[in-house]
Amino acid sequence: MTTLQSGLRRRVALLGKPRKATYIVLAIFVLGSLFPFYWSFLVASRDNGMLTERIPPFVPGGNFFANAARVFDTVPFWKALANSVIVSGTVTLTTVLFSSLAGFAFAKLRFRGRDKLFVFIVVTLAVPTQLGIIPLFIAMSELGWTGTLTAVIVPNLVTAFGVFWMRQYTVDALPYELIEAARVDGCSMIRIFWNVCMPAVRPAAAILAMFTFMMSWNDFLWPLVVLDAGNPTVQVALEKLQSGYYVDYSLVLAGTTLATIPILIVFLLLGRQIVAGIMQGAVKG
Amino acid sequence: MTVIDKIAPEGSKAGERTSPRPTFRHRLSRWDVKVSPYLYIAPFFILFGIVGLFPLLYTAYVSLFKWEAGSDDPDFIGLGNFKELFADAQFWNALTNTISIFLLSSVPQLIIAMLLAALLGARLRGATGWRVGILLPYAASLVAIGIIFANLFGPKYGLINGVLQTIGLEPVDWQASRFGSHVAIAIMVNWRWTGYNALIVLAAMQAIPKELHEAALIDGAGTWRRFFNVTLPLLKPTLVFVTITSTIGGLQIFTEPKLFDAMPGSNNGGSTNQFQTVTLYLYQTAFQNADLGYASAIAWVLFLIIVLIALVNFFLTGRLARTPTVKKK
Repeated sequence: MTTLQSGLRRRVALLGKPRKATYIVLAIFVLGSLFPFYWSFLVASRDNGMLTERIPPFVPGGNFFANAARVFDTVPFWKALANSVIVSGTVTLTTVLFSSLAGFAFAKLRFRGRDKLFVFIVVTLAVPTQLGIIPLFIAMSELGWTGTLTAVIVPNLVTAFGVFWMRQYTVDALPYELIEAARVDGCSMIRIFWNVCMPAVRPAAAILAMFTFMMSWNDFLWPLVVLDAGNPTVQVALEKLQSGYYVDYSLVLAGTTLATIPILIVFLLLGRQIVAGIMQGAVKG
Repeated sequence: MTVIDKIAPEGSKAGERTSPRPTFRHRLSRWDVKVSPYLYIAPFFILFGIVGLFPLLYTAYVSLFKWEAGSDDPDFIGLGNFKELFADAQFWNALTNTISIFLLSSVPQLIIAMLLAALLGARLRGATGWRVGILLPYAASLVAIGIIFANLFGPKYGLINGVLQTIGLEPVDWQASRFGSHVAIAIMVNWRWTGYNALIVLAAMQAIPKELHEAALIDGAGTWRRFFNVTLPLLKPTLVFVTITSTIGGLQIFTEPKLFDAMPGSNNGGSTNQFQTVTLYLYQTAFQNADLGYASAIAWVLFLIIVLIALVNFFLTGRLARTPTVKKK
């Protein structure tokens, strides 16, 4: 009886303790995650000859910079990078600002219709608005915005997800006492938002900023529809790089490597926060 | 304003509080409290109205016309586009491809994500490092993934076929074969999203109280029984959430099949449309063939299909919500 009990106690204590196999399987998955990135760099650092070999060598060659230089000659890659930075930067700024404002209102202010309007936002999360691209395209043509960055920026100024996310965080992060104290001191609403709410919700705003930037940087369908090859974002430039009857993979994969490096750096620097953001979102959602 | 301020300065006397006319400042402040919330939520609703809701409704309107891009005077043809669409073999083909790719990506993905979450849930050394490692594919853009995987799955010189041949298997024509291309595209999708979903499932798993597992263990339940009788029932809401989001995204899949084409830049989804999806067909119809009316009909039908499936999921969620959960919400 006692041995049974002590055995059980040991098993309870061991609950959740990783085995060697756990590490091995995880390592395989991480290698699998890394491999396509490495492959892209590998091809970019050699020449197309390597692709004719059945099992090519797995060490990089010395042609990466030559291939990268050809990317800049083939498509306006600098312009594409600048465009992507402008688009993603603007969209991130406005999304975080407008989402925080709306999140503050939904979480802490009382007004008629508040709960119904919030339910409406949650419902729109599930609406595939991407399917409205045809009228959106007609509208952009009428406005003469096609081919300009405005056409890419304006439809993405704020998202339902952003509002939802900021509201969920603000509910717990901002005590009513702080708002009331500020009101007693004679603060206007907008000053309360800026000086009391924003500092309290900064962590959530940072996570939202990261995700919005990544989403905007990787967006493809709409930029492809409204932009042309002369004034592309990075993703559109990549697609143009690949188009044609013959695909020069050393060139194209040099392009994908160049386009992926900035996001990979962000990822390696802020990985902990990105992981935390996804996991928080899962529990709150 | 300044005049009124002088009449009613901030440090007003006690007697003034009972005055029937509120001061301007007071009224301004009440107005501020009343109107500000609406101002703060306005950007979302205005933008959603203009670029979300209106285009969707207007799509229904456009779908009733023979509407060529750039034409000034489209012809009203009623439900003509829809009639044509339901008899259009290419549309049914695209719908079948979309659902096939969706099933090939979502089902294995969910299972592997749960397995990964269970592994990540152990008390690992360097837990964050492993999580970031699993999430890395999320950093890649869909375009980059499409290009890289089109190369890896190349029928002649692709690495995957090279490996298959080296270990003595038949190479697969990942682009020409219908099922093969669906598998390849599903692998792209799975590669990007499995780690992400594993983290969501992991978060839900960690919300399960440890005592439940300990109690089950003491009652003699093994690893698998604990998984099926403790973990799985408590994960249901999260799994439904993951399923709904992947349904909405998965049925609109566009970038992966577009970039996978052996003839890059093409919108055909393979020489015989073997992996053309509905959204790719929509894009081809609207922006290559300039047939905006017909493309709008495609958009609306796809929209209704997605809403229908989302509603089914919603109904399922409602039923599952009645099973006891310990989730905070």
